[in-house]
Amino acid sequence: MSDHWKLFLRNLSEFWKAFRRNKLGLVGGFLILTALLAAIFAPALTPHSAVDIMRDSNGRALTFASPATHSPLGTDDAGHDIWALLIYGARISLMVGFLAGFISMFVGSSLGIIAGYFGGAVDTLVMRVTDILMVIPDLPLMLVLVATIRQMDLKVSPLSVLILVIGLLYWTSAARLIRSQTLTIKERQFVARARAIGAGHWHIIRKHILPQLMPLIVTNTVLILSTAILIESGLAFLGLGDPTQPSWGTMLNFAFSRSAISNGAWWFYLPPGIAILWVSLGCILLGNVLEEMMNPRLTAHYLEGDKGMIAITDKETGL
Amino acid sequence: MTPNPILEARELHTYFLVPQSPFEALMRRPHLSVKAVDGVSFALMRGETLAIVGESGCGKTTIARTLIGLEAKTKGEILFDGKEVALRDGQTAIGLKHLRQRAQMIFQDPYESLNPRATIFDIVAEPLVVHGLAKGERERTAAVTTALEDAGLRPAEHYFMRYPYELSGGQRQRVVIASALVLQPELLIADEPVSMLDVSIRAEILNLLRDLRQKRGISVIFITHDLSTVAYFADRIAVMYLGRIVEIGLTREVLRDPQHPYTKALLSVAPAPNPRLRRKRVILQGETPNPINLPSGCRFHPRCPVAFDQCKIKDPQLTVLSETHQAACLLLEK
Ligand SMILES: Nc1ncnc2c1ncn2[C@@H]1O[C@H](COP(=O)(O)OP(=O)(O)OP(=O)(O)O)[C@@H](O)[C@H]1O
Ligand SMILES: [Mg+2]
Repeated sequence: MSDHWKLFLRNLSEFWKAFRRNKLGLVGGFLILTALLAAIFAPALTPHSAVDIMRDSNGRALTFASPATHSPLGTDDAGHDIWALLIYGARISLMVGFLAGFISMFVGSSLGIIAGYFGGAVDTLVMRVTDILMVIPDLPLMLVLVATIRQMDLKVSPLSVLILVIGLLYWTSAARLIRSQTLTIKERQFVARARAIGAGHWHIIRKHILPQLMPLIVTNTVLILSTAILIESGLAFLGLGDPTQPSWGTMLNFAFSRSAISNGAWWFYLPPGIAILWVSLGCILLGNVLEEMMNPRLTAHYLEGDKGMIAITDKETGL
Repeated sequence: MTPNPILEARELHTYFLVPQSPFEALMRRPHLSVKAVDGVSFALMRGETLAIVGESGCGKTTIARTLIGLEAKTKGEILFDGKEVALRDGQTAIGLKHLRQRAQMIFQDPYESLNPRATIFDIVAEPLVVHGLAKGERERTAAVTTALEDAGLRPAEHYFMRYPYELSGGQRQRVVIASALVLQPELLIADEPVSMLDVSIRAEILNLLRDLRQKRGISVIFITHDLSTVAYFADRIAVMYLGRIVEIGLTREVLRDPQHPYTKALLSVAPAPNPRLRRKRVILQGETPNPINLPSGCRFHPRCPVAFDQCKIKDPQLTVLSETHQAACLLLEK
């Protein structure tokens, strides 16, 4: 129905109007967007690839060349172009971060909804598993897991292992949050009304619980992305990345293991560090602003009227 | 009016367990329960409107929720159209899902009973979706349009793509009514449908409900704590006190000639349309006892202005006063 399409556009434009007012949110969106664009259009942004070796006029590899000798960001110990490494690395870091983030949000939300909605034994089980996972420190556990799975020599790419381990271990806080929200939503009267017209559990979850949770889920996905990217960087820095597909964390690992610091090659370790900060800061800024915006208490009241109407603001009343 | 009732409650009880602290559980204290509905029986005829009145906390909402299966009954029977309400359809049973197609409930709070993230169209169409009726888009749109216009929201298309927060309380309650009508139910259970609304809108909504009832011949259970709307609306009245019906009868009989002291007290403080008919005010003493520790004997005796010794001991049953009028008071049991 074209009506639905119009409604969607209306909601979108209202969202944008509210979002636009928030500078921090815009900054966050900008940070994420630039990183995404750089990753997507990497081939257009550099003539080199991540494995090309830069050579001087004599054909010798340009190692540890500073940005002054080789633009824009110099080269590493083997003569790779840092800028190329950085934007191709963005593909890996963002892909691992996004996929892991989505998996953890998906698992967390599903378990949270099921636990909160059905309660009883299911709830107890999910909450006990959450408790256990929560007391075990994340990073050491993931380290051990990734290392062990790698050892087992299964036919899975190291990146998939990374994605799955982060995604399947990092859902606990989301599950708790979603569960507690579900508990309050299911007591609301429109859920009772849905039951009173004969709706089943699946219908109620899909049409009544999930739409109320959606803002929370979106916000937390954005926030969890930053964590997933940081964890990926951490694990890769510790040498658990895929050396043939270097992410930003892997770059840092290389920089440290190949004595970039003692060589004073700041252009080797600074860019990936800044890139990690760039994206995770972007996610946190955007996530916080979304959280604030999607707070249902802040949504418009019918008395506010159409957008054309002039609301009496504090300034006008002088209060 | 066919003689068989559309809805019948027999000795209906709904108790809520009071949660125990671990200490109490350890001490093996007996589980306390809130006796929200404590032995209610009545029959609602086809096309009839029965008002259930009583003060806050007497169990009106709990009865409504129990009738539609939102609360599990502790004891007793509910019969819809002669069949016992059960989880699934059977030879002599009607399943909950089926019941919820033929009986609809209107909740007290129109601000809370609409999903804030659903459009009005989706809200009104939802019962059709749930029961797999009017599957085609054109059919569905037609059904929703009729329901909205019958509920007084015209032109219906104007409301389709709106959200509840864009509507006023009265308009929301009309949406609730529309979504209750869309399945063409035989029974409507309205739990204080106007108590949350502005006084100026109440009459409108009540008129709407009355017109719909007359036009469609729906049977109605109308729950209210406001006696002044009852005369206007109901064929019969059931007066509740602490989970029991203490008096039930034709509206005219109960209002003109109340027999139970509680009904008398309620009526004496209700605003009368004709001041000359005003009775002497009876102000009830004391608080409503809580439904966990019910008073012994007659549950009304601690507040009753005419209580005597027997009242502390004997629990009165409904006494037949006329073919259409019953009350539960020891003074009448002679
Ligand atoms: N889910 C529940 N758990 C425990 N006690 C409950 C529950 N629901 C209702 N009660 C109790 O049952 C009693 C009757 O409540 P109910 O809501 O049916 O009253 P009511 O007549 O509808 O009152 P009101 O006019 O305020 O709506 C009250 O004492 C209430 O505290
Ligand atoms: Mg109530």
